[in-house]
Amino acid sequence: MRLSRSPLAIAAFLLAVPGLLISSGGDVLDTLTYSTPVILFVAAAVAMFTSVSIPSLIVVLALVHVVAFCLIGLLHAMPQPPGPSLGYWCMVISSWLLAWFSVQNLAGLKLTSPQAQRLVNLALPVLFGAWLLLLWEIIVRGFGVPSILLPPPSMIAERISGSVPTLWADFQQTYLKAAIAGYVIGCGSGFLAAIIVDRVPFLRRGLLPIGNLVAALPVVGIAPIMVMWFGSYWESKAAVVVIMTFFPMLVNTVAGLAASGAMERDLMQTYGSSYGQTLLKLRLPAAMPFIFNALKINSTLALIGAIVAEFFGSPIVGMGFRISAEVGRMNVDMVWAEIFVAALAGSLSYGLITLIERAVTFWHPSYRT
Amino acid sequence: MNFIRNSVVPVGTVLLAILALWYAFAIILNAPFERDQAARANTTIATGQLIANTMAQERPVLPAPHQVAEEIRKTVFDISPTSKRSLVYHGGVTLSSTLLGFGLGTLLGILLAIAIVHSRTLDKSLMPWIITSQTVPILAIAPMIIVVLNAVNITGLLPKAMISTYLSFFPVAVGMVKGLRSPEIMHLDLMHTYNASKAQVFWKLRWPASMPYLFTSMKIAVAISLVGAIVGELPTGAVAGIGARLLAGSYYGQTVQIWAALIAAALMAAILVSLIGLVATLVNRRMGVRP
Repeated sequence: MRLSRSPLAIAAFLLAVPGLLISSGGDVLDTLTYSTPVILFVAAAVAMFTSVSIPSLIVVLALVHVVAFCLIGLLHAMPQPPGPSLGYWCMVISSWLLAWFSVQNLAGLKLTSPQAQRLVNLALPVLFGAWLLLLWEIIVRGFGVPSILLPPPSMIAERISGSVPTLWADFQQTYLKAAIAGYVIGCGSGFLAAIIVDRVPFLRRGLLPIGNLVAALPVVGIAPIMVMWFGSYWESKAAVVVIMTFFPMLVNTVAGLAASGAMERDLMQTYGSSYGQTLLKLRLPAAMPFIFNALKINSTLALIGAIVAEFFGSPIVGMGFRISAEVGRMNVDMVWAEIFVAALAGSLSYGLITLIERAVTFWHPSYRT
Repeated sequence: MNFIRNSVVPVGTVLLAILALWYAFAIILNAPFERDQAARANTTIATGQLIANTMAQERPVLPAPHQVAEEIRKTVFDISPTSKRSLVYHGGVTLSSTLLGFGLGTLLGILLAIAIVHSRTLDKSLMPWIITSQTVPILAIAPMIIVVLNAVNITGLLPKAMISTYLSFFPVAVGMVKGLRSPEIMHLDLMHTYNASKAQVFWKLRWPASMPYLFTSMKIAVAISLVGAIVGELPTGAVAGIGARLLAGSYYGQTVQIWAALIAAALMAAILVSLIGLVATLVNRRMGVRP
């Protein structure tokens, strides 16, 4: 038997002990009340008295997650005022420290097989996110935070599953119509403009400083004007997205077209290649990392532009409309459901563009293994 | 001379072209209203009169540049800065929450970056989330944060500044992680042979090396803080600030007012970004960077 030297494990163990002794609050006398502190104590003991190894870490992690769900179960069974007592919070902190301890040791592991390393690299952020949600749920419910301020995740999940048709209609209106149409037009025209600007040096000197400036401006402010010009349907939102995405694309593509080396251009010259051939075979491929950078930035901007533009006037469907309407009615869980959808759509489109980028710029040093 | 030929002339030409286009569009977009008016009065309108009229409408579809300039002049210089109709007053409200949010956000971003660079656990578990959260359209929920905080009696500058903080700490955190990791292995090894402590490596090598990254990300951060402050002003019932001006203008069809607020915001962004650029140049010179 050996004592752990990690301060995390020691603190977790010390905090697991009062969980055994002090009641966790409420008068619920069932198996949950008795088993939770015991499981936690076992997990803390494993972390405290065994040497760090993959099996022991897996045991600790598994036990800690069982404890976490028991803690949430206890919370639901408890009468809300007065809420959980000191012993309960000791257990929460202890299990959180144990999870942190295992994650820290997992991150420090040097694994030989690349598959296992990839699995660990994936598991770490997932664990972090899961604990964020768990603590959010426990703290909001345990302290009785008013749900207007911050609804617990379980309430948001309930709302999402209960209003799928509404969310889908909003998503269709804002994302599939406005954001995607604006994104395609804005990025496409920005790309074409960049090629023209690149061809005419006078324009490059004149337009690029202005483009750089406009890329830093609060372009969202143009939304009320677009709503006035194009009406309150999705066309006006698409127009806002076009203007927001145009300049980042222009600036990045022009920078990318200048990225190919002088040596390579000289080589194309000795081959006697025309402007078009140089562009297609050398300069555009070399510009791809820059173009994808702009595509990624724009994927976020497009969603923001489409949602914010709906605050200035929209039909009675759309994510921005729903957010502002439900805020007015203090239905904060519905707002969070829309935020979840927006976050999911944003992350998925970002991920999709990253995948395409990997396939297109497989030659780039950052992807070579 | 080279500077004038290579930069003033092209930029000036493009600006003039934009101005000319603006006037042309103002005439084209505002003309239908004038023709309509003439048709209702059963008169025909001469082209010269038509063009003159399109530039002096009360609520034009697209106001002509000089109308916007006149509105800015009037609301900046003629009205006292304490009045609620003064653009200086509204600009000041927006600027204060922008700067507060930007300051807090930069500080938070730097602290997060320091923690991430020094802790392998945080690097592996927190960094992916910072990158993911960049894909979340947080700006879209800015109004909700304001309303919710108002509901629990947190009002005034702080909620708006919180949105700016939230928006501006991402670029700083990501840029500073890159910057604090930018010293070469050779330099780190040198510090190691000097038996330098972690704090010494940080203050004498990592921190100075990260300066260019810090200023680049601060430029992005200040621009996005301004956007956050403006959007944050939208739902407060159009009380004060550039965003409130925009919203009030769009409710009452005051296009000239909207454009004036937009131009003011653009000028503010340009000034803030170039101020940071100036500080960056000064710091670089102090650190011995030769242009």
